[in-house]
Order: sequence, then structure tokens, then C-alpha cells
Amino acid sequence: MADLTDRLRPALRWEAGLAVVVILILVVGSASSPQFLTGNNLFNLGLSNGEIAIMTLPMTLIVISGEIDLSVASILGMSSALLGYLWSKGWPMPAIFAFVAVVGLAAGALNGLLVTRLRLPSLAVTIGTLALYRGIATIVLGPNTVSSFPAGYTNLGVNAVPFTGGDMTWSTLIFIVLAVVFGVVLHATPLGRSIYAMGASTEAAQFAGIRVKRIKTALFMLSGLICALAGVLWTFRLDTAVQNNGLGLELSVVAIVLLAGVSIFGGKGSVIGVVLAVLAFAGIQNALLLTSFNQEATGIVTGALLLASVFLPTVFLPQVGRLIRRRGHP
Amino acid sequence: MHAEVRPVDSAGSEPGQAGQAEEPPVLELRHAVKSFGAVRALTDGSVELRAGQVHALLGENGAGKSTLVKILAGVHQPDSGTLAVGGREVSLPGPAAAREAGIAVIYQEPTLFPDLTVAENLFVGRQPLTSGRRVDRRTMNAEAAALFQRLGVPLAAARPARGLSIADQQLVEIGKALSTDARVIVMDEPTAALSAAEVDRLFEVTRTLRDQGAAVLFISHRLEEVFAICSRVTVMRDGGHVLTSDLAGLTAQDLVRAMVGRELAERPPEAPGAPPGEPVLSVRRLTREGVFTDISLTVRAGEIVALAGLVGSGRSEVARAVFGIDRYDAGQVTVHGQRLKKASPVSAMAAGIGFVPEDRRQQGLVMDMSVQQNVALASLAALRRGGLIRASAERAMATDWAARLKIRYGRLTDPVSLLSGGNQQKVVLAKWLGRKPRVLIVDEPTRGIDVGTKAEVHHLLTGLARDGVGVLMISSELPEVLGVSDRVLVMREGALVAEFSHADASAEAVMSAAMGQAGVGGPAGVGGPAGVGGPAGVGG
Amino acid sequence: MATLPGRGLRADRGGDAGLAERVFRIRESGIVAVLVVFVAVTTLVRPRFLDASNIQFVLVDTSAFALLALGETMVVISRNVDLSIGSVVGLSAYLSASLFADHPGIAIPVVFLAGLGIGLACGIANGVMVAGGRVPSLVVTLATLYIIRGIDILIVGGNEVDASALPNAFIDIPKDTIGGIPDLAIAVALVIAIGAYYLRSYRSGRDLYAIGSNPGAARLAGLPVGRRVLVAFAASGAIAGVAGVLWASQYPTINSTAGNGYELQVVSAVVVGGVAIFGGSGTATGAALGALLLTTINSALYVLGISSFWDQAIWGFLLLVAIALDQTITERLTRALRTMNQGKRSRHG
Repeated sequence: MADLTDRLRPALRWEAGLAVVVILILVVGSASSPQFLTGNNLFNLGLSNGEIAIMTLPMTLIVISGEIDLSVASILGMSSALLGYLWSKGWPMPAIFAFVAVVGLAAGALNGLLVTRLRLPSLAVTIGTLALYRGIATIVLGPNTVSSFPAGYTNLGVNAVPFTGGDMTWSTLIFIVLAVVFGVVLHATPLGRSIYAMGASTEAAQFAGIRVKRIKTALFMLSGLICALAGVLWTFRLDTAVQNNGLGLELSVVAIVLLAGVSIFGGKGSVIGVVLAVLAFAGIQNALLLTSFNQEATGIVTGALLLASVFLPTVFLPQVGRLIRRRGHP
Repeated sequence: MHAEVRPVDSAGSEPGQAGQAEEPPVLELRHAVKSFGAVRALTDGSVELRAGQVHALLGENGAGKSTLVKILAGVHQPDSGTLAVGGREVSLPGPAAAREAGIAVIYQEPTLFPDLTVAENLFVGRQPLTSGRRVDRRTMNAEAAALFQRLGVPLAAARPARGLSIADQQLVEIGKALSTDARVIVMDEPTAALSAAEVDRLFEVTRTLRDQGAAVLFISHRLEEVFAICSRVTVMRDGGHVLTSDLAGLTAQDLVRAMVGRELAERPPEAPGAPPGEPVLSVRRLTREGVFTDISLTVRAGEIVALAGLVGSGRSEVARAVFGIDRYDAGQVTVHGQRLKKASPVSAMAAGIGFVPEDRRQQGLVMDMSVQQNVALASLAALRRGGLIRASAERAMATDWAARLKIRYGRLTDPVSLLSGGNQQKVVLAKWLGRKPRVLIVDEPTRGIDVGTKAEVHHLLTGLARDGVGVLMISSELPEVLGVSDRVLVMREGALVAEFSHADASAEAVMSAAMGQAGVGGPAGVGGPAGVGGPAGVGG
Repeated sequence: MATLPGRGLRADRGGDAGLAERVFRIRESGIVAVLVVFVAVTTLVRPRFLDASNIQFVLVDTSAFALLALGETMVVISRNVDLSIGSVVGLSAYLSASLFADHPGIAIPVVFLAGLGIGLACGIANGVMVAGGRVPSLVVTLATLYIIRGIDILIVGGNEVDASALPNAFIDIPKDTIGGIPDLAIAVALVIAIGAYYLRSYRSGRDLYAIGSNPGAARLAGLPVGRRVLVAFAASGAIAGVAGVLWASQYPTINSTAGNGYELQVVSAVVVGGVAIFGGSGTATGAALGALLLTTINSALYVLGISSFWDQAIWGFLLLVAIALDQTITERLTRALRTMNQGKRSRHG
């Protein structure tokens, strides 16, 4: 039992603080607006944040492994553009899905290869591919917009999952499923342990027989695939494919991941933290929306939270930690 | 005559200090105490340095040496105690203050700026200025060149620091110390990563510094070096100083006894002597362009083969190639009859090879991870059930090996960075032994480890050999090479140049082969007690 | 002092000395070479590319961009990054435009000062947090990117300022030329020259390189790391503030989206210009050339009739090539420098 608390203790500090923040947001939110905790509102939350939430999961693994992927929103845009373009050329939807998935994997593979084979810093590489993939989206669609996708698909974007009482979007469901899978893999499997190891010390991981290059490339490819999926969901939700879909989203994704306590240096973080951070992010956006705060200015709150996420550990949380330690040892 | 092993007040109350009592010591630290939270790192740190002397500081890991050095460097401030420089009491709130007081510290791993030139490295933060307050590059380069001339080292002032060998980096640091007119130069285990020739050069430079009036504090685990270059010694144990004396008349035994507080075997245990079995590792004509050529060797079950040679002779590169971390261009590696098809750690590990690398902190361990996680890191697949790691199995493995290897730690979940060097090395060993390897390659197994743990590691290796494991040991410490191995292979400049059986191997023979010269008399690095000096001019 | 016969006492300056310098010059001439090739090829196909008016256009377009590249270079050299400059540009652009709109008689230099002041304040805030809190600048400037943009949106609301509300003298700033070269370009070139000179020849400039090359060693060496980093961020912010004012003089309308996404373009220009993303090396001149190259390529594509839709993809591709190239060069250089050691060592046994 003592060992269990030992294992949880490092996690306890950050995620506990984050949980407190989420609860605070819930309290303040429902106090300022009666609609806050309604099923309908939760549904809308899922709609507007679903794709971002989904993209945070592979990003988490990448950042823990010591890299970063800034091209996520561009892969989303590229997949959206391809979806629209191919649809307008009469391709059947299943074929489009397959194609878009392959493109997503390829985009991730390019990122992965540049980082692992050419040993280039992922920050710089993904700034480049951010431009390249968005550029491809622009080339594919030009100034055009493709709409009027078949209802069967757009419903996936806007309807609730059956048997959930109309409260859960498909994107939320996908997020939950992926979060569970990623959580188990990251925290309880050798692969997850390897990801932590390579983020903490690439060399030592290699010397322990961990296939660092292969795993990092796979993580980038996974990110590419999932962002392509997010692009499909986004397109169906808005019933619009246009080249600037998702423009700038990468910053939100990175912000949420950092807020979750995932260290930008690699080697630290958890999926629970990411889920809490997604809740915090969405909750704030929503609370501000319901109180008629200028939507686009919600960035201020995101930014403030981000700052808190880096300054708190050096000041506030050590105090909390000391409190917990004192309780644990009478 | 033996000095008695008892705490000695360093304020000049022991014999043998004739003729120096008039001048105040250049640096005098008295009864420094330092705690970090609940840990008392230093209980009685005292040392006295005089101009024109090289003074040794000895002690096991955890004895408090590095804390003392950090106090001198201004990195830490003592909780109590006094520090006097040139007779005046000073307090050093930071490294800048230490520098101003004339104290320079050369660390084991020098920290240079790879993108700046050598000259810029020397003068960082205090570049000579022209009348317009601009950086005066010409003067800077000229002064740097002159400095290196004084030291007798051919370093180009205007080349980038990137790519400099560790030995050269240290020389830049020494140059920096000289250029700031440092009166006290502290060298923290400077020889750990140097070849014998580089050690000689370093000693030359140190003697030059000494003759120019600097006070040098020399910290090392290698007693033969201490006797070669130092004239006085301070021994620390458990945070306090236990002995301060002239070196003349002391033996290595005396020093070891003072450090450890008990008798220890002077030489590592004899090799097992049992007839070795089948070949477990067979390397045929391994070649890598520009690094090593045509390496062929065999390690049999139950055998310890030492791979000796100067630093830079390519031994670690061969080992890394065998293990698959580095590639090779030609040749083959066979383990237990199975040829390793491609160079990768995964296939090497699958074939039964374990590899304890040279750099413990960067390569052997994930410093941020816990003791338990490090022990388990190479065995994750084995601890798996249904795809998930079994926490209880992991904990059991760590507990078991910690007990077997007598690893001292606080909790299994503590980060491994909290352990001492010797215990960290044991964790690395546990990681590999947990896989029951057939072949264990160890690269500098006892570097930077205190004397007590060193002996334990040697016992461990011979025990492994007795159990039928084939051990390939790379080592630059001759006592270790000669004492622990069944056979000694010598590499020089990328090629295997000699092989000795245990009976034929001698310090002179191995060193000659390593250096490619016949009949070299006792350069630094040859093992043995007092009296083996490093004569000037050797290794030029 | 012991003399040591048999060793090469003369420090070997010639071969190695030039090496470092030569590598940097190669990098910058590389950019110039690519630039020349682009211009040459484009002019061959469309001679009007080298028309006076087009050259002026490119130079004006590059001006604010190159200025921002200077500020970002200082930050990146110290192993940091400033992602907030786009938001600062936006805020400064709107505030200076509204200053003109609300106070018609206001002197132009005053507005420039106001813009500089705003940028300086933002930069100092960044610098204090990064230097004081010892916190990764990626995270801090990402946060301030959001916060400053949010403040900007709150202030702007749904408004926008039309160029017609701005005094003619101001709008003419990008158009004025001396001997065919835009004033603006000359002024910016001057500022960049000063910046480059500072980085190369002054202690505090060299300190930035040291900090980026090995932050731990810089601290140990007693360099005032906090102060230098603060100044770098302050400069970057102030420059962004000025660039914001320039933005207002160049665009027909200014609303809350001004400067969006600019930061990544600036970082691209800086990297293309040879400044290592991990700090410690690179020059302001190189970064400015990188900015010039990227703008020229945009213009070339336009003139060649290649749809502007290809711009971003080509930028992205170029950036990847530049990064890969730099990495290869560094690796070759390190290898060459190491074997130089080998050579020396065998001479001495």
C-alpha cells in the first residue's frame, strides 16, 4: 500500500492541482450560468472541442518522448482539403477515408523520418511541415470550398451518439476511447515505459535496447493518422472543406498538453492530466461563452492558465507537496 | 614511518611542515559544515593549501569531497566554518566571487561553449576591449596563443571549441584559470577520462602551474597518480577530514585505511583460474572505417578478458559495435554459435549480450527514473503479462537485485540520481544481470567509484565468470586489468596489437603494447604504491 | 619554467582559424547564391521582375519582416524563442492606427514611440518571466501570444481602422524613396547593421552566444544571464512594436487579425538565414537575408504567374531544406574538427 502511494505521489501533485482547477471552473461556471451543467451544453462543448481534444492525445505521447509536433493543425487542414477535393471529384467515401488515412500516416512519417534519420530538431522540422502541409491543402483546394456532404456523414459530426441520451458527440466518444487506450499504453505497458525513458534520456534508452527511432517515427505517424481523422470529423461537423480549416489550432493543442503537466523537456506527464486539462480548457471556453464574454478573447484565460502551469510547480505546489508528505508520515 | 590515522587539526600542528609556517596559507578552510535538508554532506571540512604545492584530496564517494569543492567554488555556502584566502577571511556568495578571490575549479567534465572559439572561451565575459569598448579580437587571439605557449600546448586560439577532446577542453579550462591569475586551482578528478599520454601532459602543466606559485588541490581516486604529482594529502571520511599529512612516508595502504577506516585487500582478487568453457562471444575481423580495423577476439564461458589500451585506441567503439549501438563496415559477431545478422542492441540483447557502458549518467541510467524502473528497464518484456507490466514483479526484481548486489538506497521509488556513484553502477549491473546474459561487456566498470565498492564490483565480476558468463572488460586502470582478468588484449590506434595470458601480463608489457614503445619506464598510470613517479619528459 | 623540447610550440592559427569564420561566411553566401539564382531565373522568364517598382515593392515588403527577424535572432541565439511577436505587431498596429484616427494632429514620431513603448512593455514582461522564472520561453511566449492577442481582441472589439483615417505623411512612409531605394528599406538596413555589429563586437552581444551555446556554463562563468535574456526579449518586443506601426502604414485596414501567424514566418526566416534553433550561432545579417529570400520568392512566384497558393508549400519546403543543410554542415564541421585533434595527437604519440 505504501508503495502504491509512492507511485502515485509524483502524479498526485500536478494532477491534484489540476483537478482542483477543474472543480473550481465547474463551480464558478454553474454559479454564473444555470445552463452550464446541462446535457445540451455539454453536448455543445463536445462539438466545439472534440477535435482538439482528440489531437492532444498523440501530442502527449510525442512530447513525453522528447519531441513536439506543430504540424497537427496543418495535417487536419490537409486531410479536410483532400476530403473535399476527392469528394468533389466523385470518389466514394470509403476510398476517400482510406486515402486520407494513408496521407495522414505519410505526413507523420515524413516528420518522423526527418527527426530520427536526419536528426533534425522537431521544433524546427514541424514548423516547416506546418507550412508545407497547409500549403498542400491550399494547393489542393485553392480558394474553393466544398460543402453539402451526405447527411449520413455530416450527422457524425453533429449528432449525438445513440443511446447516450443525446448528450455525447461522436468526437467525445472517440476521445474517451482513445484516452483510455493511450492511458493504458502509456502507464502500464513496456511501450509506455519506453516512451518515458527516451524522453528522459535518449541515450540511456538506446543502450537499454529501446528502439528509439522506430518508436518516435511511429508516434509521429500515429499523430498524423489521428489528426487526419480529426480533419474528417471537423469537415463533417462544419459541412465545409476549406484550406484554412483548423488554422492555428496547434497552439491550443500544445497549450492543453503543457497545462496537463506534461514537461516540454520530455519524460514526464500523464493521460489523466491531459483529460483534466481538456476539461479545464473546454470548461473555461464554455463558461466565458455563457457569460457572453468575447469568445475570441478566451485566449487570455488560456494564456494565463499556461503561465500558471509553468510557474506553479516552482512556487506553489512544493508547498502542497510538503503538506501531503507530512500527512503521509505521522 | 606511518602517519597515525586520527583527526588532525590542519592548523599546522603536525610534523613535516618545516619552513612553511611563516607565510599564511593561500587558502584555508576550517571546520566547514554543510547540510542539505536532512542530509549532512559535510561535518568537518578542513583543508589548507600553500603556494607552490600540489595537495591531494582523497576520500570515498559520499565522504564530502565534492561538497567541499563546491564550497571553494562558491557554488554552495557553508552553514558554519571559515574560509580564508591569502590570510583574509572571505565569504563566497557565488562562483563569480570565488573567481575574484583567485580560486579556479577544473571539473571532470569541463563546460565549454562549443559554438565559441577557444579564445572566446578563455575570455568569456571579460574579453579585452578596444578604445571604443568593442571586443578586441586580435588581442584576444594573441593573448590566448601566448597563454597556450606558456603551457606548452598547441591549441589554436581561433578554432571553435566544438570537437575538442576532453583533454584539450581541460587545458582550455586551465588556460582560463591562468588568465585570471588564479592562485588556487582545484582539479576535480581530472584524469578520469584521459589517456596515459594526456595524463602526462596534464601533470607537466600542473607542475608548471605549481612552479609558478599556484596552490593546486588535486582530487583523484587513483592513488598512483596522487603519489606521482602531490606532496601533501588530506583524507576525508563520512563528511569530515581524518588525515592531513605530507605524502612522504605514507603508503597506499595507509591512505586506503584512512579513507575506508578498515583494512582492504590491496589488490583485487585473483582470477578464478578454472578452465574456461565454450566460446560465447566470437568477433571476426570487425572493421569500421577510420575507427578500428580487423578486430578478432574470443571470449569463452567463465573467462574474463580485459581489453586494455590508451583512451582513444578504439576499445569502447569496438564494444559498442559488438553490442550494436554503433555500426561496423565489415566482419561478424557471433554469440554462442549464432551469427548476429545486423548491428542493433535488440538483436545483441536477444542473443544474450549485456552492456554496461562507459558513461553511467548519460548511457547507463535514466537519471530521472527510479531505482526500480532502472533495474527493470532492460527486462520490460519479461515482466509483462497480457501486455501490461506487472508492478509486483517489477518491485520483486528490484528488491531482489538490490539485496544481492548490496545496493544502498532510500526507497526503490527514489530517483536513481540520489544514489552515490558506486551504487548507481550497481543498479546498471543489476539491470543487465537481471537478463541472465551469457556475455557481459563492461566498459570502465569502476570509474569514479570509491575503493570499497570497487572491490565489490570486482568480486561480482569474478563471481559471474565462475557462473559461466563470459566477461569482456574494458579498463584503463592497470591494477584492475592485471588483477581481475584471465587474458589481456591490448588495442592501439584501432587495432589489436597484443595478447597476454594472466601469467605473462605485467604492467610494463601491457603499457608498452598500448603505447607502441619498448621499455618505457613507469609513466603515470602504472599501478603500485608510493615511489612510482612520472618523470618529466616521458610521453612527449 | 620547464621547457618542453620536441613539441610544436607555435599555436597553429592558419588552418583552423579560418575554419569557423569560413563556415559562417559559406552559410550566408549560400543564401545570397540561392537569392541570385531565383532572381536570375525569374528575370529570364519575366524581365519585369527587376523593374524598379517591383524591387521597391519587395524591399518594402521585406522591411518590417527583416526587422522582426533581427529581434527574433537575438532571442534565438540565446537558446530561446519569442512566439508573441505576431500578437505584439497586431496590438501595436491597431493602437497606433487608432491614435491617428482619434487624434488627427498627432505627430508621427510620437506614434512610433508609442508603438515602441507597447512592444517594449510586452518584451520586458516576457523577459522577466523567462529570465526570472527560469521557465521555458516556448511556453511563456506561447502564453503571451494568447494573452496579448486576447487583449487586442478585447480592445478592438469588432472595429477596424481604415487607412483613410491615417495621415498621408504616414501612409507615404512605405512609398518614399531616395534614388529609387525606399527610405524604409534603408532605415531598416541601418538598424540591422547596427544590430549585427552589436552582436558581433560587443561583450553583451557575445554573451548572448555563450548563453545559447551552453547556458549552464554561462551561469558558472558568472555571465549576467538573466539581464542579457531580459534585454534580448525587450529588444524583440520593442522591435515588434515598431513593426506594428509600420504594418499600420502598409495595410488598407487594421483589425484584430493583424499580425496573426506572423511569428512562425519570422522564425522560418531566421532559421533559413542560418541561425540555429538551439542557439549559439548565426548572424543578424543572415537572418535578414533569410527574410529577404523568403519575400523575394513570394514575389517571384507571383510574377511568374504561379498561383499564390503555392507560396506556403514552397516556404515549408525551403525551411526543411535549410534545416537539413545546417545540420549536415554542423556534423561535417564537428567531424572535421575532431579528426584535427586526432592528427595532432598522433604527432605527439
